[in-house]
Amino acid sequence: MIVGSQRTRGPVVTVIVALLALAWVFPLFWAVLNSFRDYAYTSENGYVSLGGWTLANYQNAWERGNLGVHFWNSVLITLPAVALTLFLASMVAFVLARFSYRFNLALLGVFLAANLLPPQALLVPVFRIYRMIPLPEFMSDSGQVLGSFWGLIAINVAFQLGFCTFVLSNYMKTLPHELYESAMLDGASVWRQYWQLTMPLVRPALAALATLQTTWIYNEFFWATVLLQDGDKFPITSALNRLRGQFFVDYNLLAAGSVLVALPVLIVFFVLQKQFVSGLTLGSTKG
Amino acid sequence: MSQAQPTAPAPPDPGPEDATTTRVKAPRKRLGPRDRAVVVTMVTIPTVFVVGLVWLPALGSLVLSFASWSGIGGFDTIEWVGGKNYQDIVNIYPPFWPAIQHNIIWLLFLVVGPTVLGILLAVILDRELRGSRLYQTAFFMPVVLSLALIGFIWQLFYSRDQGLLNAVLGTEVDWYGDPDINLWAVLVATAWRHTGYIMLIYLAGLKGVDDTLREASAIDGAGEVKTFFSVVFPVMRPINLIVVVIVVIESLRAFDIVWVVNQGRNGLELIAALVTSNVVGEASRIGFGSALAVIMMVISSVFITIYLRVVMKDEEAR
Repeated sequence: MIVGSQRTRGPVVTVIVALLALAWVFPLFWAVLNSFRDYAYTSENGYVSLGGWTLANYQNAWERGNLGVHFWNSVLITLPAVALTLFLASMVAFVLARFSYRFNLALLGVFLAANLLPPQALLVPVFRIYRMIPLPEFMSDSGQVLGSFWGLIAINVAFQLGFCTFVLSNYMKTLPHELYESAMLDGASVWRQYWQLTMPLVRPALAALATLQTTWIYNEFFWATVLLQDGDKFPITSALNRLRGQFFVDYNLLAAGSVLVALPVLIVFFVLQKQFVSGLTLGSTKG
Repeated sequence: MSQAQPTAPAPPDPGPEDATTTRVKAPRKRLGPRDRAVVVTMVTIPTVFVVGLVWLPALGSLVLSFASWSGIGGFDTIEWVGGKNYQDIVNIYPPFWPAIQHNIIWLLFLVVGPTVLGILLAVILDRELRGSRLYQTAFFMPVVLSLALIGFIWQLFYSRDQGLLNAVLGTEVDWYGDPDINLWAVLVATAWRHTGYIMLIYLAGLKGVDDTLREASAIDGAGEVKTFFSVVFPVMRPINLIVVVIVVIESLRAFDIVWVVNQGRNGLELIAALVTSNVVGEASRIGFGSALAVIMMVISSVFITIYLRVVMKDEEAR
């Protein structure tokens, strides 16, 4: 083990890294700072000034951007999508980890590769399929899957399954096999082995993935923009496009809107950073 | 969201456990009919999602790329035109070559800029450094924001009339609007996010590198830079490949930020944006958009294959 000076960095490197880190925080700092400033003040004194503090931008941004509706849409899309993704992924992962069928590797490949295809490449057929499938009125105002949350949730699930399956099956493979042998002796069915035995044991991985997926799906922009045609149904991330027009002339309002949209993921980031990081890197460690 | 997620295998670090225990595979006990039905169901339902919403549409794009169709009438109004869409794209579709060029610039910029910086930061922060965790947090923070939001936030810098950049520089540049500049403006904003992402993946990889390797190299009198290139970097080969794949796929998929800025026009043409505007735009040209999509798929499939080979090799070795 090398200790002492060889393991630590010199002052020059430290200063450079510190300055870079400051530069990295600056954009968000700038947004927060200006979100609390009055437009009349900044337009008179310029942005490189101090003063004109106010809270009004937040109220304005919330009301003019109709942010309450968009946030609620995000919740309605993200939560079911994350839950369904984890449920389905854990089932496949369980089978992949528990049994050694010949098709296991191929199946994993089918799931993983799907995760990396550019979503735009699938747009035309998905768009057409969604337009053709009718949904009853109470499920979709448009009377079809296109424009409904159902379709959006389904495509999000399909895209996220590969990654989650991969991470979960790797995690499950680290569970001792004797566990299942004794379960079999007890006559536990496959479903019980999955639901009552395996699932509680993979809770850490599920928590990490849930954190990660919530962020990803909350941030999802493309599918929501093209599949939900009615702007009032947009989740918050896709609604940014419209907010741009609303906030166009008042950049302090724009700053307040940005901070509000960033807030949920930033809270997740600061509270659950460990979960988030381990979710991202879970695939890279062997369980 | 368009985010290439890494499922990076750790660098070959045969820990004692891996080396000595060969996995005991489940004995193929015959499952009862009920259990078998459960297993089939558990695999089938998720597979239907992936095949039905990813692979069949991918196939659909391929088929439709040989068609001319407005998308309004039924399938009987489809006219098969062979390779005409591809010919038209290459020959008479003005935004195509600029888009290709922009995607390539995007890739090169991401590699030379934020990817190298992210790796460098990972190597620096992997060692003892006062406040290392704090710095990691700072670089990593933008990763949780969507690129759409990042494009939105950076207007505070880039706006011609109210942006910080012009105020400080005393210029009157429309950073997002000027077709000669806006690609670079968008790239800088993208780099803000990309750097931390690469840093994180690389940091995780470095943690898996056996410390004795470094020590041996140090004892041989190799400096840190030399140790990195001659010992650490080669051991990190799987991670390096994953990083390459991520950067390529991200560059190919780049969409959100340009769509937020100006829907991918006027200097910000990218393939993903062209596909989208051909399909959902005013004039929906299904066949044409599909052909563009197939071009994207072909490029990405090369790198997906590389990715799968890296990951699966690791998988088979288990």
